[in-house]
Amino acid sequence: MKIESLIKKVSAKSARSKAKNSSIVISSRLRLARNLNKYSFPNCASDSQRSNVLSDVEEALSALPYMKNGNFFTMDSLSDFEKKILVERHWISKELAEQKNGSAVYISSDQICSVMINEEDHLRIQFIKNNFNLNSLWKTLSKFDDVLEASLPYAFTKELGYLTSCPSNLGTGLRASVMMHLPGLLITGNIKKIIRASNQLGLAVRGLFGEGSDAYGHIYQISNQQTLGESEEEILNRLAAVLKNIVEHELNARSKYLENNKAKLSDLIARAHAILSSAHVISSDEAMNYLSYIRLAIDLGFISEEFRSLIDFLFIQIQPGHIEFPNAILSIESRDIKRAEILRNNFSKLPPLNFDK
Amino acid sequence: MSNKLKCSLCDKLATVHLTQIINNKIQKVDLCDSCAEKKGVADTEGFSISEMLASSKTLNDSRQKSCPKCGMELAHFQKAGRFGCMECYAIFSSILEPMLDEMHVGSIHYGKYPKNGLSLINQKYHKDNLKAKMDRAIIDEDYEVAAKYRDEIVKLTNAKSTREDLSHED
Repeated sequence: MKIESLIKKVSAKSARSKAKNSSIVISSRLRLARNLNKYSFPNCASDSQRSNVLSDVEEALSALPYMKNGNFFTMDSLSDFEKKILVERHWISKELAEQKNGSAVYISSDQICSVMINEEDHLRIQFIKNNFNLNSLWKTLSKFDDVLEASLPYAFTKELGYLTSCPSNLGTGLRASVMMHLPGLLITGNIKKIIRASNQLGLAVRGLFGEGSDAYGHIYQISNQQTLGESEEEILNRLAAVLKNIVEHELNARSKYLENNKAKLSDLIARAHAILSSAHVISSDEAMNYLSYIRLAIDLGFISEEFRSLIDFLFIQIQPGHIEFPNAILSIESRDIKRAEILRNNFSKLPPLNFDK
Repeated sequence: MSNKLKCSLCDKLATVHLTQIINNKIQKVDLCDSCAEKKGVADTEGFSISEMLASSKTLNDSRQKSCPKCGMELAHFQKAGRFGCMECYAIFSSILEPMLDEMHVGSIHYGKYPKNGLSLINQKYHKDNLKAKMDRAIIDEDYEVAAKYRDEIVKLTNAKSTREDLSHED
Protein backbone atom coordinates (compact mmCIF):
# COMPACT_ATOMS: atom_id res chain seq x y z
CA MET A 1 0.00 0.00 0.00
CA LYS A 2 1.85 3.02 -1.32
CA ILE A 3 -0.36 5.78 -0.04
CA GLU A 4 -0.93 4.32 3.42
CA SER A 5 1.33 6.73 5.33
CA LEU A 6 -0.33 9.68 3.63
CA ILE A 7 -3.84 8.55 4.55
CA LYS A 8 -2.92 7.77 8.14
CA LYS A 9 -1.24 11.08 8.71
CA VAL A 10 -4.28 12.90 7.42
CA SER A 11 -6.61 11.05 9.72
CA ALA A 12 -4.67 12.54 12.59
CA LYS A 13 -4.66 15.96 10.99
CA SER A 14 -8.33 16.21 10.11
CA ALA A 15 -9.26 15.07 13.61
CA ARG A 16 -7.91 18.44 14.68
CA SER A 17 -10.66 21.04 15.02
CA LYS A 18 -11.21 23.51 12.23
CA ALA A 19 -10.82 27.24 11.96
CA LYS A 20 -13.69 28.93 13.75
CA ASN A 21 -14.57 31.72 11.31
CA SER A 22 -17.21 30.27 9.06
CA SER A 23 -18.35 26.69 8.91
CA ILE A 24 -20.13 27.48 5.65
CA VAL A 25 -16.83 27.70 3.80
CA ILE A 26 -15.33 24.23 4.01
CA SER A 27 -12.13 24.86 2.09
CA SER A 28 -10.43 27.10 -0.44
CA ARG A 29 -8.33 25.84 -3.31
CA LEU A 30 -6.15 27.79 -5.71
CA ARG A 31 -4.49 26.23 -8.70
CA LEU A 32 -2.13 27.50 -11.36
CA ALA A 33 -1.79 25.95 -14.82
CA ARG A 34 1.77 26.14 -16.16
CA ASN A 35 3.63 24.65 -19.11
CA LEU A 36 7.31 24.36 -19.92
CA ASN A 37 8.31 26.24 -23.06
CA LYS A 38 10.57 23.43 -24.32
CA TYR A 39 7.94 20.74 -24.85
CA SER A 40 4.55 20.25 -26.52
CA PHE A 41 1.55 20.27 -24.18
CA PRO A 42 0.79 16.84 -22.64
CA ASN A 43 -2.03 15.96 -25.08
CA CYS A 44 0.35 16.41 -28.01
CA ALA A 45 3.66 15.37 -26.44
CA SER A 46 5.47 12.19 -27.39
CA ASP A 47 6.19 9.60 -24.70
CA SER A 48 9.78 10.77 -24.47
CA GLN A 49 8.72 14.42 -24.13
CA ARG A 50 6.28 13.45 -21.39
CA SER A 51 8.97 11.66 -19.45
CA ASN A 52 11.35 14.59 -19.95
CA VAL A 53 8.73 16.91 -18.48
CA LEU A 54 8.30 14.54 -15.57
CA SER A 55 12.00 14.35 -14.79
CA ASP A 56 12.54 18.13 -15.18
CA VAL A 57 9.65 18.91 -12.85
CA GLU A 58 10.50 16.21 -10.34
CA GLU A 59 14.06 17.48 -10.16
CA ALA A 60 12.91 21.07 -9.61
CA LEU A 61 10.39 20.04 -6.95
CA SER A 62 12.66 17.76 -4.98
CA ALA A 63 15.20 20.60 -4.73
CA LEU A 64 12.69 22.70 -2.78
CA PRO A 65 13.02 22.60 1.00
CA TYR A 66 9.21 22.85 1.27
CA MET A 67 8.78 19.65 -0.72
CA LYS A 68 11.27 17.74 1.41
CA ASN A 69 9.58 14.65 2.87
CA GLY A 70 6.79 15.11 0.37
CA ASN A 71 5.09 12.19 -1.37
CA PHE A 72 5.69 11.46 -5.02
CA PHE A 73 3.55 8.99 -6.99
CA THR A 74 3.51 8.19 -10.68
CA MET A 75 0.02 7.31 -11.93
CA ASP A 76 1.09 3.95 -13.38
CA SER A 77 2.42 2.88 -9.97
CA LEU A 78 -0.93 3.31 -8.21
CA SER A 79 -3.90 0.96 -8.15
CA ASP A 80 -7.33 2.22 -9.19
CA PHE A 81 -8.61 2.48 -5.65
CA GLU A 82 -5.51 4.30 -4.43
CA LYS A 83 -6.09 6.86 -7.17
CA LYS A 84 -9.73 7.06 -6.12
CA ILE A 85 -8.61 7.96 -2.59
CA LEU A 86 -6.32 10.72 -3.90
CA VAL A 87 -9.23 12.11 -5.93
CA GLU A 88 -11.52 12.02 -2.89
CA ARG A 89 -8.95 14.09 -1.01
CA HIS A 90 -8.81 16.52 -3.97
CA TRP A 91 -5.06 15.97 -4.32
CA ILE A 92 -5.41 14.80 -7.90
CA SER A 93 -8.08 15.30 -10.54
CA LYS A 94 -10.07 12.54 -12.19
CA GLU A 95 -8.36 13.54 -15.41
CA LEU A 96 -4.90 12.90 -13.95
CA ALA A 97 -6.05 9.56 -12.52
CA GLU A 98 -6.86 8.41 -16.06
CA GLN A 99 -3.41 9.31 -17.41
CA LYS A 100 -0.54 6.85 -17.53
CA ASN A 101 2.86 7.43 -19.05
CA GLY A 102 4.71 10.32 -17.39
CA SER A 103 1.84 11.53 -15.23
CA ALA A 104 2.47 11.93 -11.54
CA VAL A 105 1.68 13.92 -8.42
CA TYR A 106 3.89 15.46 -5.75
CA ILE A 107 2.15 16.13 -2.44
CA SER A 108 3.84 18.25 0.26
CA SER A 109 4.25 16.68 3.68
CA ASP A 110 1.84 19.19 5.25
CA GLN A 111 -0.65 18.12 2.53
CA ILE A 112 -1.49 21.70 1.61
CA CYS A 113 0.28 21.68 -1.74
CA SER A 114 -0.02 19.19 -4.55
CA VAL A 115 1.58 19.45 -7.96
CA MET A 116 0.09 17.38 -10.76
CA ILE A 117 2.50 16.63 -13.59
CA ASN A 118 1.34 15.95 -17.15
CA GLU A 119 -2.33 16.50 -16.51
CA GLU A 120 -3.99 18.73 -19.13
CA ASP A 121 -0.99 21.03 -18.68
CA HIS A 122 2.57 20.12 -17.72
CA LEU A 123 2.01 21.51 -14.26
CA ARG A 124 -1.08 22.04 -12.17
CA ILE A 125 0.06 23.54 -8.89
CA GLN A 126 -2.58 23.69 -6.18
CA PHE A 127 -2.81 24.82 -2.59
CA ILE A 128 -5.79 23.86 -0.40
CA LYS A 129 -6.67 25.20 3.04
CA ASN A 130 -9.61 24.82 5.37
CA ASN A 131 -10.40 28.51 5.50
CA PHE A 132 -11.51 31.44 3.43
CA ASN A 133 -8.36 33.54 3.26
CA LEU A 134 -7.82 33.59 -0.50
CA ASN A 135 -5.30 36.42 -0.42
CA SER A 136 -2.89 34.80 1.99
CA LEU A 137 -3.24 31.47 0.14
CA TRP A 138 -2.45 33.28 -3.12
CA LYS A 139 0.70 34.81 -1.64
CA THR A 140 1.92 31.37 -0.63
CA LEU A 141 1.11 29.84 -4.01
CA SER A 142 2.63 32.72 -5.98
CA LYS A 143 5.87 32.52 -4.01
CA PHE A 144 6.03 28.78 -4.66
CA ASP A 145 5.44 29.47 -8.36
CA ASP A 146 8.22 32.13 -8.37
CA VAL A 147 10.71 29.64 -6.98
CA LEU A 148 9.73 26.97 -9.52
CA GLU A 149 9.94 29.29 -12.50
CA ALA A 150 13.55 30.06 -11.61
CA SER A 151 14.47 26.53 -12.65
CA LEU A 152 11.62 25.70 -15.06
CA PRO A 153 11.24 28.10 -18.01
CA TYR A 154 7.50 28.53 -18.49
CA ALA A 155 5.57 29.03 -21.74
CA PHE A 156 4.65 32.70 -21.50
CA THR A 157 3.97 35.64 -23.79
CA LYS A 158 3.56 39.25 -22.83
CA GLU A 159 0.11 39.60 -24.43
CA LEU A 160 -1.47 36.30 -23.48
CA GLY A 161 0.34 35.52 -20.24
CA TYR A 162 0.90 31.88 -19.28
CA LEU A 163 0.02 29.64 -22.21
CA THR A 164 -2.18 26.67 -21.43
CA SER A 165 -3.40 23.71 -23.39
CA CYS A 166 -6.99 24.96 -23.21
CA PRO A 167 -7.48 28.68 -23.95
CA SER A 168 -10.03 28.86 -21.12
CA ASN A 169 -7.11 28.78 -18.64
CA LEU A 170 -4.98 31.28 -20.52
CA GLY A 171 -3.41 34.36 -18.91
CA THR A 172 -3.09 33.93 -15.17
CA GLY A 173 -3.79 30.18 -15.33
CA LEU A 174 -5.48 30.73 -11.97
CA ARG A 175 -8.55 28.83 -10.89
CA ALA A 176 -9.83 29.67 -7.41
CA SER A 177 -12.42 27.32 -6.09
CA VAL A 178 -14.19 27.53 -2.75
CA MET A 179 -16.15 24.64 -1.30
CA MET A 180 -19.29 25.71 0.51
CA HIS A 181 -21.89 23.90 2.58
CA LEU A 182 -25.28 25.38 1.65
CA PRO A 183 -28.12 23.31 3.15
CA GLY A 184 -30.16 26.42 4.06
CA LEU A 185 -30.34 27.65 0.48
CA LEU A 186 -31.30 24.17 -0.66
CA ILE A 187 -34.10 23.66 1.91
CA THR A 188 -35.58 27.07 1.20
CA GLY A 189 -35.39 26.49 -2.56
CA ASN A 190 -33.12 29.47 -3.16
CA ILE A 191 -30.07 27.61 -4.41
CA LYS A 192 -31.07 27.83 -8.08
CA LYS A 193 -31.29 31.60 -7.87
CA ILE A 194 -27.82 31.75 -6.34
CA ILE A 195 -26.39 29.48 -9.02
CA ARG A 196 -27.94 31.55 -11.78
CA ALA A 197 -26.68 34.82 -10.29
CA SER A 198 -23.18 33.38 -9.85
CA ASN A 199 -23.14 32.17 -13.45
CA GLN A 200 -24.08 35.62 -14.65
CA LEU A 201 -21.11 37.02 -12.74
CA GLY A 202 -18.75 34.68 -14.59
CA LEU A 203 -18.50 32.09 -11.82
CA ALA A 204 -19.05 28.36 -12.14
CA VAL A 205 -21.01 26.40 -9.53
CA ARG A 206 -20.28 22.69 -9.40
CA GLY A 207 -20.71 19.70 -7.12
CA LEU A 208 -18.19 18.27 -4.68
CA PHE A 209 -15.97 16.66 -7.30
CA GLY A 210 -16.03 19.38 -9.91
CA GLU A 211 -17.32 19.29 -13.43
CA GLY A 212 -20.40 17.16 -13.91
CA SER A 213 -20.61 15.97 -10.30
CA ASP A 214 -23.74 16.37 -8.21
CA ALA A 215 -23.97 18.50 -5.12
CA TYR A 216 -24.21 15.58 -2.68
CA GLY A 217 -24.10 16.65 0.92
CA HIS A 218 -25.31 20.11 -0.20
CA ILE A 219 -21.70 20.95 -0.92
CA TYR A 220 -20.96 23.28 -3.81
CA GLN A 221 -17.72 24.37 -5.43
CA ILE A 222 -17.76 27.91 -6.68
CA SER A 223 -14.95 29.08 -8.92
CA ASN A 224 -13.87 31.75 -11.38
CA GLN A 225 -14.13 30.88 -15.05
CA GLN A 226 -12.24 33.78 -16.54
CA THR A 227 -8.48 33.87 -16.28
CA LEU A 228 -7.40 36.52 -18.81
CA GLY A 229 -7.79 40.28 -18.68
CA GLU A 230 -7.62 40.69 -14.90
CA SER A 231 -4.81 40.37 -12.38
CA GLU A 232 -4.85 37.47 -9.92
CA GLU A 233 -5.79 39.84 -7.10
CA GLU A 234 -8.74 41.20 -9.07
CA ILE A 235 -9.96 37.67 -9.83
CA LEU A 236 -9.75 36.70 -6.15
CA ASN A 237 -11.36 39.88 -4.86
CA ARG A 238 -14.26 39.52 -7.25
CA LEU A 239 -14.80 35.90 -6.22
CA ALA A 240 -14.48 36.69 -2.51
CA ALA A 241 -17.07 39.46 -2.76
CA VAL A 242 -19.63 37.09 -4.29
CA LEU A 243 -18.85 34.35 -1.79
CA LYS A 244 -19.32 36.69 1.18
CA ASN A 245 -22.70 37.49 -0.28
CA ILE A 246 -23.58 33.80 -0.56
CA VAL A 247 -22.56 33.22 3.07
CA GLU A 248 -24.95 36.02 4.08
CA HIS A 249 -27.77 34.46 2.04
CA GLU A 250 -27.13 31.04 3.54
CA LEU A 251 -27.17 32.42 7.10
CA ASN A 252 -30.40 34.31 6.37
CA ALA A 253 -32.03 31.25 4.84
CA ARG A 254 -31.12 29.20 7.91
CA SER A 255 -32.39 31.64 10.49
CA LYS A 256 -35.60 32.33 8.59
CA TYR A 257 -36.33 28.65 8.16
CA LEU A 258 -35.54 27.96 11.81
CA GLU A 259 -37.89 30.73 12.89
CA ASN A 260 -40.83 29.70 10.67
CA ASN A 261 -40.40 25.97 10.31
CA LYS A 262 -38.59 24.77 13.42
CA ALA A 263 -40.59 21.52 13.67
CA LYS A 264 -39.88 20.65 10.03
CA LEU A 265 -36.18 21.41 10.37
CA SER A 266 -35.91 19.45 13.63
CA ASP A 267 -37.64 16.56 11.89
CA LEU A 268 -35.18 16.57 8.97
CA ILE A 269 -32.25 16.55 11.37
CA ALA A 270 -33.72 13.92 13.70
CA ARG A 271 -34.49 11.58 10.78
CA ALA A 272 -30.98 12.03 9.38
CA HIS A 273 -29.57 11.24 12.82
CA ALA A 274 -31.81 8.17 13.17
CA ILE A 275 -30.87 6.73 9.78
CA LEU A 276 -27.14 7.29 10.20
CA SER A 277 -27.32 5.70 13.68
CA SER A 278 -29.18 2.60 12.59
CA ALA A 279 -28.93 1.88 8.84
CA HIS A 280 -27.28 -1.37 7.75
CA VAL A 281 -26.89 -0.59 4.05
CA ILE A 282 -26.24 2.96 2.83
CA SER A 283 -24.85 4.53 -0.35
CA SER A 284 -22.35 7.38 -0.19
CA ASP A 285 -24.79 9.86 -1.78
CA GLU A 286 -27.48 9.08 0.77
CA ALA A 287 -25.01 9.16 3.66
CA MET A 288 -23.62 12.52 2.56
CA ASN A 289 -27.02 14.12 2.34
CA TYR A 290 -27.82 13.00 5.91
CA LEU A 291 -24.39 14.02 7.19
CA SER A 292 -25.12 17.44 5.77
CA TYR A 293 -28.10 17.81 8.13
CA ILE A 294 -25.95 16.69 11.05
CA ARG A 295 -23.37 19.32 10.12
CA LEU A 296 -26.18 21.88 10.02
CA ALA A 297 -27.33 20.67 13.45
CA ILE A 298 -23.86 21.45 14.81
CA ASP A 299 -23.94 24.95 13.27
CA LEU A 300 -27.35 25.51 14.91
CA GLY A 301 -26.17 24.25 18.30
CA PHE A 302 -28.35 21.09 18.37
CA ILE A 303 -25.18 19.01 18.66
CA SER A 304 -22.10 20.11 20.56
CA GLU A 305 -19.31 21.80 18.57
CA GLU A 306 -16.81 19.19 19.74
CA PHE A 307 -18.27 16.68 17.24
CA ARG A 308 -17.69 18.87 14.18
CA SER A 309 -14.31 17.38 13.36
CA LEU A 310 -15.78 13.87 13.61
CA ILE A 311 -18.59 14.70 11.16
CA ASP A 312 -16.22 16.42 8.72
CA PHE A 313 -13.93 13.40 8.97
CA LEU A 314 -16.85 11.06 8.19
CA PHE A 315 -17.66 13.04 5.02
CA ILE A 316 -14.30 11.84 3.67
CA GLN A 317 -14.26 8.41 5.25
CA ILE A 318 -17.52 7.29 3.64
CA GLN A 319 -16.34 8.00 0.07
CA PRO A 320 -16.13 4.82 -2.05
CA GLY A 321 -12.31 4.79 -2.27
CA HIS A 322 -11.85 5.37 1.45
CA ILE A 323 -14.38 2.64 2.27
CA GLU A 324 -12.30 0.17 0.27
CA PHE A 325 -9.18 1.02 2.24
CA PRO A 326 -7.13 -1.02 3.03
CA ASN A 327 -8.51 -3.91 0.94
CA ALA A 328 -9.35 -3.08 -2.64
CA ILE A 329 -12.30 -4.14 -4.79
CA LEU A 330 -15.29 -4.72 -2.67
CA SER A 331 -18.63 -5.03 -4.42
CA ILE A 332 -20.85 -1.96 -4.23
CA GLU A 333 -23.17 -3.78 -1.89
CA SER A 334 -20.46 -4.78 0.55
CA ARG A 335 -19.17 -1.20 0.43
CA ASP A 336 -22.63 0.04 1.40
CA ILE A 337 -22.70 -2.44 4.30
CA LYS A 338 -19.23 -1.42 5.51
CA ARG A 339 -20.18 2.27 5.22
CA ALA A 340 -23.31 1.78 7.35
CA GLU A 341 -21.25 -0.04 9.95
CA ILE A 342 -18.69 2.78 10.18
CA LEU A 343 -21.50 5.31 10.54
CA ARG A 344 -23.34 3.29 13.21
CA ASN A 345 -20.16 2.90 15.23
CA ASN A 346 -19.35 6.60 15.08
CA PHE A 347 -22.90 7.76 15.73
CA SER A 348 -23.05 5.70 18.89
CA LYS A 349 -20.51 8.23 20.27
CA LEU A 350 -22.84 11.17 19.58
CA PRO A 351 -25.05 12.53 22.39
CA PRO A 352 -28.83 12.80 21.80
CA LEU A 353 -29.97 15.83 19.80
CA ASN A 354 -30.85 18.87 21.87
CA PHE A 355 -33.42 21.07 20.12
CA ASP A 356 -34.08 23.30 23.14
CA LYS A 357 -31.22 25.62 22.41
CA MET B 1 -3.62 53.78 -32.99
CA SER B 2 -0.86 51.41 -33.85
CA ASN B 3 -2.89 48.20 -33.87
CA LYS B 4 -5.51 48.84 -36.50
CA LEU B 5 -8.02 46.05 -36.89
CA LYS B 6 -7.62 43.68 -39.78
CA CYS B 7 -10.47 42.30 -41.83
CA SER B 8 -11.70 38.97 -40.45
CA LEU B 9 -11.79 37.46 -43.93
CA CYS B 10 -8.68 38.83 -45.60
CA ASP B 11 -5.81 40.79 -44.06
CA LYS B 12 -6.79 44.21 -45.37
CA LEU B 13 -7.59 47.12 -43.09
CA ALA B 14 -11.07 46.76 -41.61
CA THR B 15 -13.42 49.69 -42.04
CA VAL B 16 -16.73 48.06 -41.16
CA HIS B 17 -17.18 46.89 -37.55
CA LEU B 18 -20.23 44.86 -36.71
CA THR B 19 -21.59 43.61 -33.40
CA GLN B 20 -24.49 41.20 -33.07
CA ILE B 21 -25.99 39.56 -30.04
CA ILE B 22 -26.83 35.93 -30.69
CA ASN B 23 -28.12 33.74 -27.86
CA ASN B 24 -26.94 36.32 -25.31
CA LYS B 25 -23.43 36.16 -26.70
CA ILE B 26 -21.74 39.10 -28.31
CA GLN B 27 -20.19 38.37 -31.68
CA LYS B 28 -17.93 40.93 -33.29
CA VAL B 29 -16.60 41.03 -36.76
CA ASP B 30 -14.39 43.49 -38.62
CA LEU B 31 -14.44 43.72 -42.39
CA CYS B 32 -12.69 45.66 -45.13
CA ASP B 33 -14.71 47.59 -47.71
CA SER B 34 -14.66 44.96 -50.44
CA CYS B 35 -15.47 41.98 -48.18
CA ALA B 36 -18.30 43.93 -46.55
CA GLU B 37 -19.78 44.57 -49.93
CA LYS B 38 -19.33 40.99 -51.08
CA LYS B 39 -21.06 39.67 -47.98
CA GLY B 40 -23.90 42.13 -48.30
CA VAL B 41 -23.26 43.56 -44.87
CA ALA B 42 -24.89 46.83 -45.81
CA ASP B 43 -28.17 44.97 -45.64
CA THR B 44 -28.14 44.36 -41.87
CA GLU B 45 -31.64 42.89 -41.85
CA GLY B 46 -30.78 39.58 -43.39
CA PHE B 47 -27.19 39.37 -42.23
CA SER B 48 -25.85 36.91 -39.66
CA ILE B 49 -22.32 37.05 -38.32
CA SER B 50 -22.28 33.43 -37.24
CA GLU B 51 -23.26 32.25 -40.70
CA MET B 52 -20.61 34.38 -42.22
CA LEU B 53 -17.92 33.22 -39.80
CA ALA B 54 -18.88 29.61 -40.46
CA SER B 55 -18.35 30.05 -44.18
CA SER B 56 -15.23 32.14 -43.69
CA LYS B 57 -13.56 29.42 -41.62
CA THR B 58 -12.87 27.51 -44.79
CA LEU B 59 -11.02 30.58 -46.01
CA ASN B 60 -8.91 30.71 -42.85
CA ASP B 61 -8.39 26.98 -43.06
CA SER B 62 -6.70 27.27 -46.41
CA ARG B 63 -4.28 29.75 -44.89
CA GLN B 64 -3.04 27.66 -41.96
CA LYS B 65 -4.18 24.11 -41.47
CA SER B 66 -1.72 22.73 -38.97
CA CYS B 67 1.00 23.75 -36.53
CA PRO B 68 4.47 23.10 -37.97
CA LYS B 69 5.90 22.46 -34.49
CA CYS B 70 3.53 19.94 -32.93
CA GLY B 71 1.38 18.98 -35.93
CA MET B 72 -1.89 20.08 -34.31
CA GLU B 73 -4.58 20.27 -37.00
CA LEU B 74 -7.00 23.16 -37.04
CA ALA B 75 -9.98 20.82 -37.33
CA HIS B 76 -8.77 18.87 -34.30
CA PHE B 77 -8.41 22.02 -32.25
CA GLN B 78 -11.89 23.15 -33.21
CA LYS B 79 -13.24 19.80 -32.05
CA ALA B 80 -11.23 19.26 -28.87
CA GLY B 81 -10.62 22.87 -27.84
CA ARG B 82 -7.01 22.13 -26.82
CA PHE B 83 -3.82 23.45 -28.35
CA GLY B 84 -0.79 21.21 -28.81
CA CYS B 85 2.08 23.56 -27.98
CA MET B 86 2.88 27.23 -27.37
CA GLU B 87 3.48 27.76 -31.10
CA CYS B 88 -0.19 26.94 -31.80
CA TYR B 89 -1.18 30.23 -30.14
CA ALA B 90 0.63 32.17 -32.85
CA ILE B 91 -0.37 29.88 -35.72
CA PHE B 92 -4.08 29.85 -34.94
CA SER B 93 -4.34 33.41 -33.60
CA SER B 94 -7.10 34.42 -36.03
CA ILE B 95 -9.33 31.64 -34.68
CA LEU B 96 -8.31 32.33 -31.11
CA GLU B 97 -9.04 36.02 -30.85
CA PRO B 98 -12.84 35.90 -31.18
CA MET B 99 -12.86 32.94 -28.77
CA LEU B 100 -11.00 34.91 -26.12
CA ASP B 101 -13.44 37.80 -26.26
CA GLU B 102 -16.21 35.40 -25.46
CA MET B 103 -14.37 33.45 -22.78
CA HIS B 104 -12.58 36.06 -20.73
CA VAL B 105 -12.85 39.49 -19.17
CA GLY B 106 -10.28 40.91 -21.57
CA SER B 107 -7.84 39.70 -24.17
CA ILE B 108 -4.60 41.06 -22.67
CA HIS B 109 -2.78 39.51 -19.73
CA TYR B 110 -2.71 41.68 -16.59
CA GLY B 111 -1.43 39.16 -14.09
CA LYS B 112 1.98 38.14 -12.83
CA TYR B 113 4.82 37.20 -15.18
CA PRO B 114 8.09 35.30 -14.92
CA LYS B 115 10.73 37.42 -13.21
CA ASN B 116 13.67 35.08 -13.53
CA GLY B 117 16.74 36.38 -15.27
CA LEU B 118 15.54 39.96 -14.70
CA SER B 119 16.68 40.84 -18.20
CA LEU B 120 16.15 44.38 -19.41
CA ILE B 121 13.35 43.13 -21.66
CA ASN B 122 11.59 41.78 -18.63
CA GLN B 123 12.17 45.04 -16.81
CA LYS B 124 10.64 46.98 -19.65
CA TYR B 125 7.72 44.63 -19.62
CA HIS B 126 7.39 45.01 -15.87
CA LYS B 127 7.30 48.77 -16.28
CA ASP B 128 4.70 48.68 -19.06
CA ASN B 129 2.63 46.37 -16.96
CA LEU B 130 2.80 48.71 -13.95
CA LYS B 131 1.97 51.66 -16.15
CA ALA B 132 -1.10 49.89 -17.53
CA LYS B 133 -2.22 49.14 -13.99
CA MET B 134 -1.63 52.75 -12.97
CA ASP B 135 -3.67 54.01 -15.93
CA ARG B 136 -6.51 51.69 -15.03
CA ALA B 137 -6.47 52.88 -11.43
CA ILE B 138 -6.63 56.49 -12.65
CA ILE B 139 -9.62 55.68 -14.84
CA ASP B 140 -11.26 54.04 -11.83
CA GLU B 141 -10.39 57.18 -9.84
CA ASP B 142 -8.55 55.01 -7.34
CA TYR B 143 -5.72 57.50 -6.81
CA GLU B 144 -4.23 55.82 -3.79
CA VAL B 145 -3.59 52.65 -5.79
CA ALA B 146 -2.37 54.70 -8.76
CA ALA B 147 0.17 56.42 -6.53
CA LYS B 148 1.42 53.05 -5.35
CA TYR B 149 2.08 51.96 -8.93
CA ARG B 150 3.72 55.32 -9.73
CA ASP B 151 6.14 54.83 -6.83
CA GLU B 152 6.97 51.35 -8.07
CA ILE B 153 7.68 52.68 -11.56
CA VAL B 154 9.99 55.35 -10.14
CA LYS B 155 11.79 52.73 -8.08
CA LEU B 156 12.17 50.49 -11.11
CA THR B 157 13.49 53.33 -13.28
CA ASN B 158 16.12 54.15 -10.67
CA ALA B 159 17.09 50.51 -10.30
CA LYS B 160 17.34 50.17 -14.05
CA SER B 161 19.71 53.11 -14.46
CA THR B 162 21.92 51.66 -11.73
CA ARG B 163 21.98 48.38 -13.60
CA GLU B 164 22.83 50.10 -16.84
CA ASP B 165 25.68 51.95 -15.13
CA LEU B 166 26.99 48.66 -13.84
CA SER B 167 26.80 47.00 -17.22
CA HIS B 168 28.77 49.84 -18.78
CA GLU B 169 31.66 49.06 -16.47
CA ASP B 170 32.21 45.54 -17.76
